[in-house]
Order: sequence, then C-alpha cells, then structure tokens
Amino acid sequence: MKKVMMGTEAATMAVKLARVQVVSAYPITPQTVIVESLADIIGRGELKAKYMPVESEHTAMSSCMGASLAGARTFTATSSQGLAYMHEMLHFTAGERVPVVMVNCNRALAPPWNLYCDHTDSLSQRDTGWIQYYCADAQDVLDAILIAYAVAEQALLPVMINLDAFYLTHTSEPLDVPDQETVDLFLPPYHASLKLDVNDPKTFSIVCGADLFSSIKYKRQGDTLAVARLWDQVAEKYNSHFNRLHKTVEAYRTEDADLCIVSIGTATGTIRLAVDRLREEGLKVGSLRLAMIRPFPLEGLQRAIAKVKHVIVIDRDVSFGAEGIVAQEVKAGLFGHRGDLKVTGFVAGVGGNDVTVDTIIPLVRQAISGYGNAVEAGMSLWAEVLP
Amino acid sequence: MVGIRFHGRGGQGAVVASKILAHAYFKQGLYVQAFPSFGMERKGAAVSAFVRLDSAPIVERGDIKNPDVVIVLDFSLLRKVDVAHGAKPDALILLNCKENENQNPIKGSFRVAGVDAVKIALHHGLGSKTAPIINTVILGAYARVSGDLALSNLLEAIETGVPVSPKQNMAAAEAAYQAVFRISGDVNAD
Repeated sequence: MKKVMMGTEAATMAVKLARVQVVSAYPITPQTVIVESLADIIGRGELKAKYMPVESEHTAMSSCMGASLAGARTFTATSSQGLAYMHEMLHFTAGERVPVVMVNCNRALAPPWNLYCDHTDSLSQRDTGWIQYYCADAQDVLDAILIAYAVAEQALLPVMINLDAFYLTHTSEPLDVPDQETVDLFLPPYHASLKLDVNDPKTFSIVCGADLFSSIKYKRQGDTLAVARLWDQVAEKYNSHFNRLHKTVEAYRTEDADLCIVSIGTATGTIRLAVDRLREEGLKVGSLRLAMIRPFPLEGLQRAIAKVKHVIVIDRDVSFGAEGIVAQEVKAGLFGHRGDLKVTGFVAGVGGNDVTVDTIIPLVRQAISGYGNAVEAGMSLWAEVLP
Repeated sequence: MVGIRFHGRGGQGAVVASKILAHAYFKQGLYVQAFPSFGMERKGAAVSAFVRLDSAPIVERGDIKNPDVVIVLDFSLLRKVDVAHGAKPDALILLNCKENENQNPIKGSFRVAGVDAVKIALHHGLGSKTAPIINTVILGAYARVSGDLALSNLLEAIETGVPVSPKQNMAAAEAAYQAVFRISGDVNAD
C-alpha cells in the first residue's frame, strides 16, 4: 500500500514487519522518532517484542548483543554522539558474530554542537566490522532494513543502516509498504544455530591466544568480504517479491561517461539532477551511488567506472589529517586497477549544508578546470568555507 | 515541480501543516515531499517548512530557494523575515492577517492573499487567544487560492494528520476556505 512517511517512520514500519523480538535503545535527535514510536507499538501490543529502555547507547548495544546471542531478532537505533558512545560494543558485536540490525541517523559530531546531516559519525566506525549501508530515500530505508535482517542472519554479522539526518529522517515522501504475509515469506523467523541456552550451556567470548586469534579474524575477514555479493543476491530475491532492487552500488548514466560523480546517501538524488543539467551542456558525466561502504563494493565500483577517465567524490565527512573518507576508499579500491584514472575529492555538505544542483555544478567545473571557490586542504577541496 | 514554503514560529505547527498539505496532494495522485527546516529552534523562533509537488518522482532534497507559494502563519514574522525572498515573480503569498488592513505588506509582483486565521481558529475553539492554532485554518484558505487542491482531499488529510480535535480543525479549514480574501494581483478568492 502506498503511504506518505518520514524516513524514521519507514524504519519503524520495517522493524514491525521484520517481527523484531528485542529493541533496546537510548533516544537522541534525530533518531528519537524511531524509538518513541517503537515503544508505542510494542506498548500497544502491535509488535510482540521486549523493549529495553537503557541509560546509555553503550548498554543499548550490549543488551542487543546479549539478546541476539540468546537467539532473538534485535534492533537498535542511534545517531552521532550515541554511535560514538557505542564504539567499544560495535567491535564486540561484530566479533561476536551476532546479527543485530541498527539504524544510525547520520548527524554531525560535536564540537561545535550541530544536529544536521554529516557522515563522519558512521564512517569513523568503518573499521569495527559492521556492514554499512547508506539509504537514498524512505523506500530504500524500509526495504534495506528487511534485506539487512536476511543478510545479517545468513552472514552472522551486524548491519548498520544509515539515514541522512533530516534529509531522510524527517522528510515525508510516498513509499510502498509491503504486506506482512509477503514479508514473512521473504524473511522467516531467525533461528540461531548456536545460542545462549541454560539447558544446553556453551561458552561465548572465549579468551584466545595467538595460535587461534589470526585464524578467527581471517575467517571473519572472508565472511565480511563475501557480504558484498550476498547483499546483491538477497536484494535480487527481495526484488522478486516486491519488484524493487536495492543493490550495493547504483549507477546513473555512466555507460558512456568520461566523468563520474561518486557519493553516498541522499545527496545522490540532487547530484543526478546536476548530471542531467551537465549532460544538456554536452558533458559526458554520470553518477555512482555507493550504497554499501563496508564491505567495500569493489567489483561494483570497478565495473561502473570501467570506461570513466575522471572520478569526482563528494564527501559529507572528513578524516582529519587525510581527506574525505569515501575518496580514500575509492582511491584505495582503484589503486593498481586503474592507474590512469584521475580522482578529485571534495568535502561538501558537512554539518547540514544543503548539497544543491548549484553546489554540484561549480564543483564539477572546478574538478575539470582546476579553478573554483572550493579551497584546498591536503588532498581534498572544501566547499562552503568562509573566506 | 511546484515548491511551497511555510514560515511560522516554533510551536505553531508549520511542520504539521507541511505534512498535511503533502498528504492532501498525494491523495490527488501527485508525488510529494515535505521537509522541515528543523533543528535547535525553540518555541516562538522563526521556523520554515517545505513541500515539493511533481507529476514525476522527486529526487531533489533540501530547502526550496525559489518557491512558487509562500504561506505565512504569523503576521509578526514580516518584521523579522523577508518571506518573499527568492520567490518566483508570480508566486502566490498567503498571509495570516486581519481583513481591514488593506495595504499590501509584500513588495513585488507577487499574488497576495490573506485570511484572518486567528479569528477563525478562536471561533472554532482551536488554541487560546495568546496561542491560537491556525495551521490547518490557513490550509483551508490555501485550498481555495491554490485553485488545484480539492477541499475534500485537504479535509481528509487534516482528519488523519492532526493529533487532536480533527473535527474542529476540519470545520475551521472549511470556514477559512470561504473567508480567504485577495490583497494583491490575480488571486482566486471569489
């Protein structure tokens, strides 16, 4: 059924449709709508789940890990400072191989205090071992959460579904809400093969010497890398049920492109409008949205830019002392694969600056000509910097 | 693409109004998007909200710089905010204001309409004298002057979109539909 919903409402709806059994969370803007409405629907009995209000995000993630080890389908949501506060437990849940699904609302990290969209919060957690997916619109939010449970429970790895603060969390738009019966066919109940059970005791979180340590991590590396293909396979299965495809990369007008703008999150929609505008001027430009950042969708990226000569990366984030994080990822992924390729990285839209068509087009011109208003800082060019 | 921008004060319901309007147009088969310029504003501070309408899916996000319609929930904002900033030359500007103030407070070539939303809200028991609830009232006026939004679709959207007193809100919106008046330019209010 078609409905108009905010991204946060789409997330809540997906959690309900996934028949999640345990929710533990601590509220933070702009995620609050999700946990408030989940508490409501659990309180009303519309979702038969245990809601665990906790005193911090660290405990929220710890609770999810415990519940997941006990075999429950679990969910939490957070944002920015809250995600940072979870950091230790992010490593733990991924290492413990529990299929927790979390929504993170991408908001700037303080200081200065700022509630608006910025990707540094989740991208600075990229080495924790979580699968990371960045949504494009409200439909993508609902569908990706359902896909995430199927992937997480198959790979035994936690998945972080990222929503741009306000541009997605608080933007109302039409989406199709699937019916429960079809969702149940796509996503059967979770059966943990190994779980905490007083009648069949097992030890989790063992102490391990150097002899086994490397092998355990090596196994996890392989399993994590395999998720790029697994996600696309599960997405195809989802598509066969619901007729909507949400793959790890999404290319737009790249077939004959000389130049490709790489981005994550909602800015991609606006970037495509800029692509259309630049195409009208005769510039062969395309757009590539990396929906997945971990594991890095290397094959999808390499395929999409096979004939491209120049890649522009728009980062709504930065790794201080280096450059935009997506630009780093793209360069690392293409090093040795395409030595002739030029990559220009921009930092734009951080802390809630609108990324508009009028932002993008001058950046593309600057990437081509070398002249423009974005200012250099290390390997990145920064837009929106006061003189 | 049609862009609508709301100006209000924190707590006046501009964000709720933007969502109701989006729902109403959705019922008419359009693609819609409602977006608040949201953040650290407190009650009483100037806030804005946006609605985009199109016959095709909407991929653009963020503030609307060049709106086709501007809806102002609080007349006192005119002293503080240039509500017509960036508006298209023939934009429709709808003000919550008293009818006897015949002077057009908006400079430019815009089409300007008004509705005494405070009077109508209080008459229907919405809010108090110091804090009247006028967000659904002004939408009723908008349905008339827009020329393309069916009142019935708006009323259905109000019924499901307001948290309390849906019947009073619907009745007030209907009253505003009748009471909207022209201030300047080519306005559909007869």
